[in-house]
Amino acid sequence: MTLPPFVTSRQKPFILALLGLGVVLPFAVYPVFLMKGLCFGLFAAAFNLLLGYVGLLSFGHAMFFGWSAYLTAHAAKEWGLTPELAILMGVALATALGAVVGWLAIRRQGIYFAMITLALAQLGFFVAVQAPMTHGEDGIQGVPRGHLFGLFDLADTMTMYYFVLAVFVASLLFLYRVVNSPFGQVLKAIRDNEPRAISLGYEVSRYKLIAFVLSAAFAGLAGSLKSLVFQLASLADVSWHMSGEVVLMTLLGGVGTVLGPTVGAFLVVAIQDFFAGIGSWVIIIQGVIFVVCVLLFRSGMIGVLAPWLKRRGITG
Amino acid sequence: MVMKRLLLGAAALALSTGMAHAQYSDGKVKIGVLTDLSGTYSDLAGKGTIVAAQMAIDDFGGKLNGMPIELISADHQNKADIASGIARKWYDTEQVDAIAELVTTAAAIAVREVSKEKGKIDLVSGAASTPLTNDKCSATGFHWTYDTYALANGTGDAVVKNGGKTWFFLTADYAFGHNLQAQTEKVVKANGGVVKGAVKHPFPNADFSSFLLQAQSSGAQIIGLANAGADTINAIKQAKEFGITQSGQQLAGLLVFITDIHSLGLETAQGMMLTTGFYWDMDDQTRAWSKRWSEKMGGGKMPSMVHAGTYSQVLHYLKSAAAAKTDEGIKVADEMRKLPIADFFAKNGKIRADGRMVHDMYLAQVKKPSESKGPWDYYKIVRTIPGDQAYQPLSESTCPLVKK
Repeated sequence: MTLPPFVTSRQKPFILALLGLGVVLPFAVYPVFLMKGLCFGLFAAAFNLLLGYVGLLSFGHAMFFGWSAYLTAHAAKEWGLTPELAILMGVALATALGAVVGWLAIRRQGIYFAMITLALAQLGFFVAVQAPMTHGEDGIQGVPRGHLFGLFDLADTMTMYYFVLAVFVASLLFLYRVVNSPFGQVLKAIRDNEPRAISLGYEVSRYKLIAFVLSAAFAGLAGSLKSLVFQLASLADVSWHMSGEVVLMTLLGGVGTVLGPTVGAFLVVAIQDFFAGIGSWVIIIQGVIFVVCVLLFRSGMIGVLAPWLKRRGITG
Repeated sequence: MVMKRLLLGAAALALSTGMAHAQYSDGKVKIGVLTDLSGTYSDLAGKGTIVAAQMAIDDFGGKLNGMPIELISADHQNKADIASGIARKWYDTEQVDAIAELVTTAAAIAVREVSKEKGKIDLVSGAASTPLTNDKCSATGFHWTYDTYALANGTGDAVVKNGGKTWFFLTADYAFGHNLQAQTEKVVKANGGVVKGAVKHPFPNADFSSFLLQAQSSGAQIIGLANAGADTINAIKQAKEFGITQSGQQLAGLLVFITDIHSLGLETAQGMMLTTGFYWDMDDQTRAWSKRWSEKMGGGKMPSMVHAGTYSQVLHYLKSAAAAKTDEGIKVADEMRKLPIADFFAKNGKIRADGRMVHDMYLAQVKKPSESKGPWDYYKIVRTIPGDQAYQPLSESTCPLVKK
């Protein structure tokens, strides 16, 4: 089994161009919008690790995203922790929740797996509705962004943006490394033919659990960042709509591709932003786009571009 | 970046020397109406509040010291995160100076936090909860039309004094419902009443059967509905179907809008006591305004207190911004606290340190079908509750801006 090199020479200019775009874009586009896109892009990328590379459709990722957002917001607001510590706490919580939910859910496959994750996430939702810490419908509001490492004032939108961008890029590189590692190869083997992976001697459930926990941890990281960007953690973050939205983002962008989920996330966020004036019709527009996407290009936007990118050696 | 800032600064300087009213940022005054345009509260607030805000701008003359006044609106879908996102975007990129209406407490608090951070003005009309003028109060935030304290004080007090001594609550299970129940319980107990129990229902909820049966078996004289909008309507309709109202137990809707009465019909709603900040058929001024509003809405509708309150708050904002000769949040806010409010909505309104606009409230009873003379002729005004009795006394406010 040969592994592709981490970054090929033909990919390099492409990646550098994307990075450059990320650095320059906030001067042209509203930075809060970009940060929202990056947060959801990271969330979708985490989700994609599970759906795209292990073939597990989780319908409960909002639990990790939302609870991590709550804990980060609570830690930053009530305990006065610095943002990096608050985020770490959020991620730790998401990881722990991921371990428990994953341990229970990976025993089943397909629709049963989705339903178990959904059921557990709904449990998490109702705890959030009742727990005094979350302030119910009001959510945790006015979360201070604080000073990163005690040095950088994140209240400044641009500083916050570059912090989010840095976390996003690092996370995406990490996820890319994971799927292009021997571990990632095993995941893909499980996705493509689980009995065969078992017969080859792999402890499938362990691989699945690790992938699940990783996915939950990064979903949590996205939630933590989001709660600092918007200075708000609310019930919307833990509700099943959020779990559905991340599925939509991933499928629109292209499941099983590295950049697809981010593209999908930006697309969905842009739709929500652009059509904010017409309110709940946004959901109908999203639905129509989803149906069109499923009918016309099932592999998502990046999936459609994939042959072209491959010819140029940009994707492996 | 430095170059850009320098250029911007130079441009700003050039503009400020060239223009007579440089205190108005971006050469205009812009008001955003953020409301529920599609959900549970779109009837009692919604499109009608945008129309009301536009009427206030038109009545003011469309210009403020020569500056054009612009209006922008959006749907927050009753969600805190959407409300906060739109508010931030409006302040950052749309040069919005004040955000009005804000039904749903969670959304109002979300916008309050953003407004406080940006030093901009928020004018709450539709949201009910008292934290807006207590721990969540702000120097640039105002609460206009009514609040849970006034509702509890008005309806709760009246019902107990009419002999409704034992209570059972049906409460929407979120901050607003809890807030309203707690406030009403206090009033009931203070008047010698007894609370026999309470049950929380999910928000929003369609099937009240099990909750109503609990209320029925409690044997309380009064079933207090600490909920709003479609929840209240469903609960009242289903209580009738269960024969609860016919068997002698009474329902007390603690937050009832005229639009709710319209959907219920007088047959179902007759005899109910309620507290309101406005009724269209009070005097010539209210009738004239309501008729104008109704025409702009395409006819067949009358304004709720939220619609009228939105007009009043936008007009007062514009008057204050004109008097302060600026659209800078904190200066306009100071002016708003100084100026009295006198329009068809609030005859003798004034704004307190905690941001509460104090005005008279009205205790109303829903007419019998035989008493109603025409469409939307629904209320008998039982009594006027003077502003300083209707609202939470300033001495009880936990708002840090209140000097004690």
